[in-house]
Amino acid sequence: MLLIACPWCGPRDETEFVNGGEAHIDRPTPAESVSDADWAAYLFFHDNPRGWLAERWVHAFGCRQWFNVERDTVTHEIRRVWRLGEPRA
Amino acid sequence: MSGYRLSAAAAPAAQIDRSRPIGFRFNGAAYRGYAGDTLASALVAAGVSIVGRSFKYHRPRGVMGTGFSEPNALVQLGTGARTTPNLPASLVPLSEGLEARSVNCWPSAAFDLGAVNDRLSPLLVAGFYYKTFIWPSWGAFEPFIRRAAGLGRSPALADPDRYEARNAQCDVLVVGAGPAGLMAALAAARAGARVMLAEADQRSGGGLGLGGARVGAGTARDWIAEVEAELDAAANVTVLGSTAVTGYYDHNLLTAVQEVDEPGLRQRFWKIRAGEVVLATGALERPLLFAGNDRPGVMLAGAVRTYVERYAAAPGRRMVLAANNDAAYEAAFAAARAGIEVAAIVDERPAPGEAAARAADALGLRRVHGRIMRAIGARGVRAVEIVSAAGTEAIACDLVAASGGWTPAVQLFSQSGGLTRFDEALGGLVPDRSVQRERSCGAAAGVFALPACLAGGAAAGAAAAQAAGFEPPAIAVPEAEDHALAPAAPLPPVPAKGKVFVDVQTDVTVADLQVATRENYRSVEHVKRYTVWGMGVDQGKLSGANGVAVLAAVQGVSGAEMGMTKFRPPFMPAAFGVLAAARPNGALFHPWKRLPAHLWHERRGAVFEDFGWLRPAYYPLAGETMAQATAREVRAVREAVGLLDASSLGKIEVRGPDAGAFLDHIYAGPVDSLPVGGVRYGLMLNELGAVFDDGVVARLAADHFLLTTSSAHAAAVLAWLEDWRQGEWPMAVVIQDATSQWATFTLSGPRARKTLAAAGTSLDLSPAAFPRMTIRTGEVAGLPARVQRASFTGATTYEISVAARSAERLADALWAAGAPFGLQATGVEALEVLRTERGAIDVGIDTDSTTLPGDLGLPFGGKACDYLGKRSLTHPAASAPGRKQLVGLQTLDPLQTPPVGAHVIGGVPHPSQGVVTSSQFSPTLGRSIALALLTDGRSRLGETVQVWSEGRVWPARVTGLRFLDHADA
Amino acid sequence: MSGAYSALQLVRNALTGHRGWPKAWRSPQPRPAYDVVIIGGGGHGLATAYYLARNHGVRNVAVLEKGWIGGGNTGRNTTIVRSDYYYPESAAFFDRSVTLYEGLSQDLNFNVMFSQRGMLTIGHSRGEMDFRRKLVNGMRLNGIDLEMVDEAQARAMCPLLNPSPSARYPILGGMVQRRAGTVRHDAVVWGYARAADRLGVDIIQNCAVTGVRRDPVSGAVTGVETTRGLIGAGKVGLAVAGHSSVVAAMAGFRLPLRSYALQAFVSEPLKPVLDMVVSSSVLNIYVSQSDKGGLVLGGNLDPYASYAQRGNPPTMEAVLSGLIEMIPAFSRVRLLRQWAGIVDYAHDSSPVLGLSPVANFFLNCGWGGGGFKAIPAGGETFAHTVATGQPHPLIKAFSLDRFRDQALVDEAAAAGIEH
Repeated sequence: MLLIACPWCGPRDETEFVNGGEAHIDRPTPAESVSDADWAAYLFFHDNPRGWLAERWVHAFGCRQWFNVERDTVTHEIRRVWRLGEPRA
Repeated sequence: MSGYRLSAAAAPAAQIDRSRPIGFRFNGAAYRGYAGDTLASALVAAGVSIVGRSFKYHRPRGVMGTGFSEPNALVQLGTGARTTPNLPASLVPLSEGLEARSVNCWPSAAFDLGAVNDRLSPLLVAGFYYKTFIWPSWGAFEPFIRRAAGLGRSPALADPDRYEARNAQCDVLVVGAGPAGLMAALAAARAGARVMLAEADQRSGGGLGLGGARVGAGTARDWIAEVEAELDAAANVTVLGSTAVTGYYDHNLLTAVQEVDEPGLRQRFWKIRAGEVVLATGALERPLLFAGNDRPGVMLAGAVRTYVERYAAAPGRRMVLAANNDAAYEAAFAAARAGIEVAAIVDERPAPGEAAARAADALGLRRVHGRIMRAIGARGVRAVEIVSAAGTEAIACDLVAASGGWTPAVQLFSQSGGLTRFDEALGGLVPDRSVQRERSCGAAAGVFALPACLAGGAAAGAAAAQAAGFEPPAIAVPEAEDHALAPAAPLPPVPAKGKVFVDVQTDVTVADLQVATRENYRSVEHVKRYTVWGMGVDQGKLSGANGVAVLAAVQGVSGAEMGMTKFRPPFMPAAFGVLAAARPNGALFHPWKRLPAHLWHERRGAVFEDFGWLRPAYYPLAGETMAQATAREVRAVREAVGLLDASSLGKIEVRGPDAGAFLDHIYAGPVDSLPVGGVRYGLMLNELGAVFDDGVVARLAADHFLLTTSSAHAAAVLAWLEDWRQGEWPMAVVIQDATSQWATFTLSGPRARKTLAAAGTSLDLSPAAFPRMTIRTGEVAGLPARVQRASFTGATTYEISVAARSAERLADALWAAGAPFGLQATGVEALEVLRTERGAIDVGIDTDSTTLPGDLGLPFGGKACDYLGKRSLTHPAASAPGRKQLVGLQTLDPLQTPPVGAHVIGGVPHPSQGVVTSSQFSPTLGRSIALALLTDGRSRLGETVQVWSEGRVWPARVTGLRFLDHADA
Repeated sequence: MSGAYSALQLVRNALTGHRGWPKAWRSPQPRPAYDVVIIGGGGHGLATAYYLARNHGVRNVAVLEKGWIGGGNTGRNTTIVRSDYYYPESAAFFDRSVTLYEGLSQDLNFNVMFSQRGMLTIGHSRGEMDFRRKLVNGMRLNGIDLEMVDEAQARAMCPLLNPSPSARYPILGGMVQRRAGTVRHDAVVWGYARAADRLGVDIIQNCAVTGVRRDPVSGAVTGVETTRGLIGAGKVGLAVAGHSSVVAAMAGFRLPLRSYALQAFVSEPLKPVLDMVVSSSVLNIYVSQSDKGGLVLGGNLDPYASYAQRGNPPTMEAVLSGLIEMIPAFSRVRLLRQWAGIVDYAHDSSPVLGLSPVANFFLNCGWGGGGFKAIPAGGETFAHTVATGQPHPLIKAFSLDRFRDQALVDEAAAAGIEH
């Protein structure tokens, strides 16, 4: 069971959080000039890496804040947590 | 029947209470044991040599091990709702009136008809299932084979016992209270760390507790008692006895199962988040490989010693010790001291350790350098055949204490993700590299000498405390006899006539492993799956290392190359009930969501049903069916006035200077153009353009909106809004869920206005002052209220919200006010009829994950800004022909109501043209009406189609969505 | 001695100490190049190789497996085979798979123990019964053998179902597919491996793919780099389940997939007590009893991306409490083992099959938790696709293009549970 350090509340069990998938996926705009392929890439085609992954979590049963986590998808080690708007590295 | 109870003089250190005899029954016969006995020790002492039958061949089997290592004595414990299958008798503490039976034998363990399988064993070789039963089909054979499968029986009744879950945190968790674990706990505790110490056994000390060894100034027992006392007294230490750590998960979360001796409370589940972990899990003894090594009377050497010294239970009268390590000699010494005749010590090694040899000689025991070939005697050992330089020799005996060495218990280490290394000298895996914040010590780390175990434990405990941020003081490690014990690698078996069991519980023999290898099932995982080696209830604890040794020899590779199958949680089997203890069953499985006025509805005779919330479905009068009650309630709304509890509707407040602009991004239609006091219907779409929720938005102030969502989606909508506000449009907006703060009742029908007026309100209810699709704030029945005029039913509707605590006051006031106007309480059933009459959708019922707003005929867009789902709606597929569009259906026979889930059939290539999503009998119209998602439905109005469900057909006409005109004014 | 399996051969071999059995498959050294290289020695990869050789005469084929064959999801799943899919495209495909399973033991001369004991999916509310009726009607119109059952029928099929009248989720009935059942998962792997090997396919174990070679000009795939050296390939088929994104990245493109850990659980062996596969999408649980006697069960995914083949307690607790809610008598039965496989899900929970952006590189992925039941049809259609370069008619709807074309086949919404 993961122990996730919410940047607002501190470390909590994973059961307080909801995972939101890969982080830093830009939503293409404006709608009128986004190709079908680019829209599909935004919706569906992500990295899904084996290893380090930057992902979004929300402290759903806590402060309800979204934030970013860098987690190894094999060992589940978490090496970094940062707030939205902060740079990735 | 050669076991017996040792006298107090013969077993002076035994931990049984002879003053407390305990009566129990096994396989129908009555026996006596003592407090402190396990069922296994009591059976050994009672001379019961056959305690069960094996899985496949139904060979007679006796007690072989202790603790969780016992493979044979599996019992069905108790009867009725508390009956428990497959428990090792060695894990069952004896209690008065205990009743147990052997599993997997018929008619009895002593005489089992299934033993015919032993005669057929040449046919039942590993993998035989895969090669036979192919024609005519597996189904022709399976019923017979299935009957033979399994061991014990599942209870047939709900478990009457309770399980409890606890979460705990500590700085240092020590697993195992043997010498290394005790020292580790002591060192960490003295450093000031919060320490938890978990031990599966009822007693701490591990093998050290049996007696003999000296630690420090006194006996090992004295030392253990001293350490226990210090740990018990320390405020920063929690000692969990009878607690097996079962799992080692991510981020140092370990799970444990504690046996609890409290009325009704059977076991406790622990989830322990540890800063640091010390694994002092000890080692597991391996059986020796020889023909007939499964016969009753063949036991692990360590088990013989334990039964003799701890339980005063002599497993036999004349014993042969067969071993390849010094530690096993303790069994011979213990037996000899207890007056059991030791016929010989047969050691596979040319030269045993000096201390062991000296001690054996001092007791006058015969030592032979040789190997045991065979145990003779089917229902109990009568003799063993050994081979030595002197040739082959038969030695009469009724007990064989066998030891093939010790394998570190690295199961938890391996579960933690730690990397193991195969130690050829040991014949087993040892921890190599930790991945989590954990360290192993003692036998678990491959360290067997007592002084080294004590020192290693102290070092591990201190290091763990230090890693957790504590400064450990120097700790004196007590001096101890170097009491053991050069553990040895298992030797491959010598060819002998008869079965040599690698896994006694699953009846896997050396020959089976050879067959698997011959057929190129070479990987340990393939062998395991092909032969079922290691797949018994003991989870391979007894058979793992021997299997690897045999396979390595057969395949001509090293043990390291052979590898080991993956260790999986739990470390020992644990009841589903205790593992799920944190998640209550029954009413609390998913706690009910009740309306604030739940009791009020109860008093009105409501029939409640689960609609996500527990809501009144209908309010039957005496003798009314659901349909009759619903029809009456619908008529009330159409002709008079109905009262509905709508408190479950989600209410989300969105405030801030950017609130309107933000909501324009969220809804498919315009929001920010809404005037203050206005209310507008809106759809929320996901990024695929599909309808995700619908509801109304009300503007309470320029910077203040109130969103009403469907009951089922309130939480999801709230999360959705926060997600987009924080991640995409970080605007000046605050979002708050107010659902539980309000109680909401609707008055619907031609007399709704009069009823509301009669209840007393500060609001001007005239249609001009308070038209449809507006919201007002004022007082109703003396209560501060928000009143909204929005309706999905076509009836004049006032939706009145007051503070949740005032729910019943509001309901009472409206009820009293409405009585003269024919007010009826209306439930969800009536609401469903009413909204279907108006063709209003229920998202999730009348839509699926592909339904776009256009498919519903609902408008979207109408604003300049981007909004969720917009891009997907511009995709050609969003407006291509062939989409499923929502339409009305009217059966040609107006009295026939097809069920929801019926399909519209006809056409090619696929016979389904759509599906009925809502279907009701409308008392207002006196006919059935339905909504359906129909391929190209809106271009088919007037067409007659066939509605089909489970073979029945109803012709129906495709219509528009509105079956009823608007009556709202 | 002949390698064919039969009761007679078993008797003959018993008389000679079982020394006459040939290898079930060879373990050859990899050749420098093959006409077709299949990456992944699980059920799909081995079945594809078998059908390539048998149906298309393509025998110069290697199946590359990074560990031991069947060590991935094929050997980790809960062995349920069914075709209760809602959309016609899915129904046609999965029912083909059930049909192939029905004849597979004879086809492969290897008993895969397809036990057509039926599967009961419980309905707990009137709303859910409506939903199930929609599915059952749709499936029946697609030619699948589904039927609705009422409470009494459901209880007759599974007498231990929660008898409490005040159960949190009462049992109103459900839907049943009688042809559904369980298959011995390892036997599927071994049976296909043995049959493919007999037709000349090379099965290369302990051979991990580390890179994908592409022609610098045309971009077409030319071979794979492996831990056992470079292996040339005219065509490459991808059949690595949860690790599909990893290999696709080697080939230079992304897949619309996310990998999760899906846990499975097995209990101690019990005498027969549960005759059917029973499932509930409200309690998030599916359970059957194996022929060895163990209860085999699973439920929801661990709720975040993972390549760790192990599960965590929250999902375990949810699954086990769901089981007890469904069958309270199992509370005292003990868990023997808990493990996980890595499953790759597309947004619509339908597979991704057919052509890829790279020429001569073909996709068989996106099975989620449902790949095992798809093995025979997956192999058969993938072999066709690889051999002809054109997607088999049964898999056209599952192309990679459907994500760009907004033509999803949303079985996720139809099923309500991953399994």
